[in-house]
Amino acid sequence: MTRVKDFLIAAVVLAFGRRRPSRARPAAPRVVSAGTPDRRAENVVLGLFAAAALCAAAFIAFYALDRLGSQTQWLGLARGLSFALLAVACMVIARRLVVAEENAHPYPEPEHPDEQQTIEQIVEESGSRFTRRKLIVLAGSGAVGTLGLAALTPAASLGPALDTEQLDRTPWRRGRRLVDDAGQPIAAADIEEESFYTAYPEGASRELLGSPLVVVRLPKPRGIVAFSKICTHAGCAVSLYRKPTFAQTEPRPALVCPCHYSTFDPADGGKVLFGPAGRPLPQLPLFVDGDGNLRAAGGFTGRIGPSWSGVRQR
Amino acid sequence: MTRSLFVSLLSALALSGTAHAADGKSLYAANCSRCHGALGNGLPGLAPSLRDAGALGADFYLRTGYMPLDDPQTHPSRTRVLFSEPELRALVRYVASLGNGPPIPHPRWRDANVAAGLTLFTGHCAGCHQIVARGGYVTGARVPALGRATPTQIAEAVRQGPYLLPRFSPKAISDRQLDDLVAYVQYAKHPDDRGGWALGHLGPWPEGMVTWLLAASALVGVCTLLARRVRS
Amino acid sequence: MIRGLVRFVDQRSGGAPFVRKALRYVFPDHWSFLLGEVALYCFMLLVATGVYLTLFFDDSRSATTYHGPYEPLDGATVSRAYASVLHLSFQVKAGLLMRQTHHWAANLFIAAIVLHMLRVFFTGAFRKPRDLIYLLGLGMLFSAFLEGYLGYSLVDDLLSGMGLAIGYSVAMSIPVVGAYLAMLIWGGPFPGSADFWPRMYIAHVLILPLVIATLLALHLTLVAARHHTQFRESPRTTERQVVGVPTFPGQAPRSIGLMLAVFAVLFLLGGLVQINPVWLWGPYHVGDATNGAQPDWYLGWLIGGLRLMPGFDVTIGHYTLIPNPFWGGVAFPLAVLLVLALWPWAERKVAGDDAFHNLLERPRDNPWRTALGAAFVTWVFLIFVSGSGDRIDVWLGIDYVAQVWVYRIAALVLPVAVFFVTRRVCRELVAWEVLRRDMPGS
Repeated sequence: MTRVKDFLIAAVVLAFGRRRPSRARPAAPRVVSAGTPDRRAENVVLGLFAAAALCAAAFIAFYALDRLGSQTQWLGLARGLSFALLAVACMVIARRLVVAEENAHPYPEPEHPDEQQTIEQIVEESGSRFTRRKLIVLAGSGAVGTLGLAALTPAASLGPALDTEQLDRTPWRRGRRLVDDAGQPIAAADIEEESFYTAYPEGASRELLGSPLVVVRLPKPRGIVAFSKICTHAGCAVSLYRKPTFAQTEPRPALVCPCHYSTFDPADGGKVLFGPAGRPLPQLPLFVDGDGNLRAAGGFTGRIGPSWSGVRQR
Repeated sequence: MTRSLFVSLLSALALSGTAHAADGKSLYAANCSRCHGALGNGLPGLAPSLRDAGALGADFYLRTGYMPLDDPQTHPSRTRVLFSEPELRALVRYVASLGNGPPIPHPRWRDANVAAGLTLFTGHCAGCHQIVARGGYVTGARVPALGRATPTQIAEAVRQGPYLLPRFSPKAISDRQLDDLVAYVQYAKHPDDRGGWALGHLGPWPEGMVTWLLAASALVGVCTLLARRVRS
Repeated sequence: MIRGLVRFVDQRSGGAPFVRKALRYVFPDHWSFLLGEVALYCFMLLVATGVYLTLFFDDSRSATTYHGPYEPLDGATVSRAYASVLHLSFQVKAGLLMRQTHHWAANLFIAAIVLHMLRVFFTGAFRKPRDLIYLLGLGMLFSAFLEGYLGYSLVDDLLSGMGLAIGYSVAMSIPVVGAYLAMLIWGGPFPGSADFWPRMYIAHVLILPLVIATLLALHLTLVAARHHTQFRESPRTTERQVVGVPTFPGQAPRSIGLMLAVFAVLFLLGGLVQINPVWLWGPYHVGDATNGAQPDWYLGWLIGGLRLMPGFDVTIGHYTLIPNPFWGGVAFPLAVLLVLALWPWAERKVAGDDAFHNLLERPRDNPWRTALGAAFVTWVFLIFVSGSGDRIDVWLGIDYVAQVWVYRIAALVLPVAVFFVTRRVCRELVAWEVLRRDMPGS
């Protein structure tokens, strides 16, 4: 019973008691300048702290509730508001409860000439026993530099840096069948005008830059053409095919890359019509096998994917 | 009293409907023939033939408001539909009668496979229409967002390839696959936005706007509030 | 109690003199000095949320079949990395909140750095003795670009993959060494060897955060050593003494308040505004692409550079020497970096000003710098805006091809115009001030 009473008294004191002024050493002059108390601002801060705690508790509650629609929103709101209320409390403290001081302080010395000279001297004098200073510094730098180079050498293991021939390899070679998304061979007769198809090499990975093709049928006498689906500019998939419904008023057929809108002409060997690509889209020669399916008649007419120094333009 | 008025209104509507149905030809003559020709053969330099458009093509172009077009050189876009429902039906029927075009498709997308639809959409449509069907750009033309396209219109567009859109026959996208595709586009109209305000599903572009216009400006405001002159 | 604590710490660390000095360290009182702090608090939150994300992320690109609560991807072949992010977003409680907050914090981090840098540049705060501080900040900015790009790429959604393909092409485009470099980084031709993902991951969660943190520590140490700059506001603010609010009690509640406000904004955004909904973008495969793919805003200037470049490769005979992406993807950012990095030294040389500066200049006080800076910002900003030309076409109906030409010309002409206009405005403002000051009775 007495404990409860003590507890209540303590709570009341905590809530309503004012701090007794200057019980501490009276002799020392103030460092922080004095100001007048502001009970109202204190009340606001107390209220904000309480609300922030409430929001934080709400976060825990929302987290615990399993079947809450839009849980992310409730969680974000609770946590965000909790931080926001604390931020406002800090603002009130900064502007109302903390004394407004404006102090002046000298900037640090721009430089220390004496120390500079001493340091220089220490370095100079420490080396006075060396007779061939330059040579030794040179040799030392050489040794450290070589060691640095040696330390960097293992970085070459990161990749087959010099084996750029890999960049030329694609799965396409004469006789390789074209297959569709589901892995089925593509019959030449199924390729229709005014449409476009994505094809892959049969029995090879699809996740190589050299694999995906875009196949379209052009009006007679041109027929079916296939191009690498990878843009020669920046390696994105050329996944746009625009074709006119009424050629007399609408733009001509073109393959377009959605990253930087390089636009290629399928009727003219993949020539660049617009955009930043520097060379045409490589074409894959085709033939129709005995079953009427499409097969590669050889490799691409140019290097696939983005260019690098040494790539042949056509 | 109200009921009888309602009934008479209905019958009046029905009557006008039949009256217009017979009028497909005159509607065509008034609204379409200037560019597509009196017999739907098309006119050079103006507009293509409608002989193969069929009910499918007419239904698509008229119900999206793409047609009639004021200036045949402009890029058709979704606008207000100019005709009443009976007029539309009459016109569609008339255009269908001009040749041997396909009928209006009826995709059964409600039980279709959204996941398969997403794969198809990624492979065939996302390059132009954007992966959540919010529209985009292709050199020389604007690509519409699909938020207002009905399931029928989506199916019609796939089969027919209006304007610059490629055409996908049942050999390329089977009817079943088309249902899946439509199901995905329907899904993409109101996708799972568990992250909150979706910013139009356009990705980093609006996100950057929010970063600057909302977050950065708010915090600059906080900075000015915090650092108000002490002396004042 | 306070006395006990202070005694305890001082007796063990001998730090009382230092703490006493630190508590009374003076902060000049101007709102623009808080912008750098915003970036600092973003970084703190990035580390905190980032650590949480690492506990759920799988850094492998090996393929797996997705089966989870997100139906539209059911049965799709995705990488483990992407699957783990879906898991985090759909099945981990508060996971999506953390991920979105992390991404918003990244966006705001760089925005705050840019704002801070604009303040530093246009008030001449970078001048001696603070040129090194400025350089460290610049280093952080460019590290943050790379850090953000890696975070965007790690998730392995459709946008990640497209971004990486472009990054690979840009690396390849470096004259002579490009192909070797790209093969080294990727461990093979794109999309790279199995090692590439762990490499990106360790760079994103360890190496670059460490680089940024180190630069940050040096940056702040040097700021404290040299003290803040200040505006010339009263006879008390001089080159020799700094006037302002002491760390404690004046500045502390402000800084803490600002920190809490940054956290508040980011968590509110993280909970209420969707960012990078990777489940909607779907997984990346080499043959897939989407219209309107964009990098996060802070790399928008690079996509602009790539798009504005006319279509040509520099060739020798039939062979490519410099592939096109080099200009927009390497030369352009390098030029920006060089101009920014060399500016303090160039200005000192041209102006013949080798003095120490603790007092700031208002932008109008130095018309040449302000005008050149404004012209430079205009140039970069135009190229940045051109990066979203396709969305502007869709949104406002302004033809993209026409826009490309307008931006190409504007990027050459407008900076010059901005230079002359800005210089004039600065001079007029100063003249107007002199006039007002000299007017009797004002």
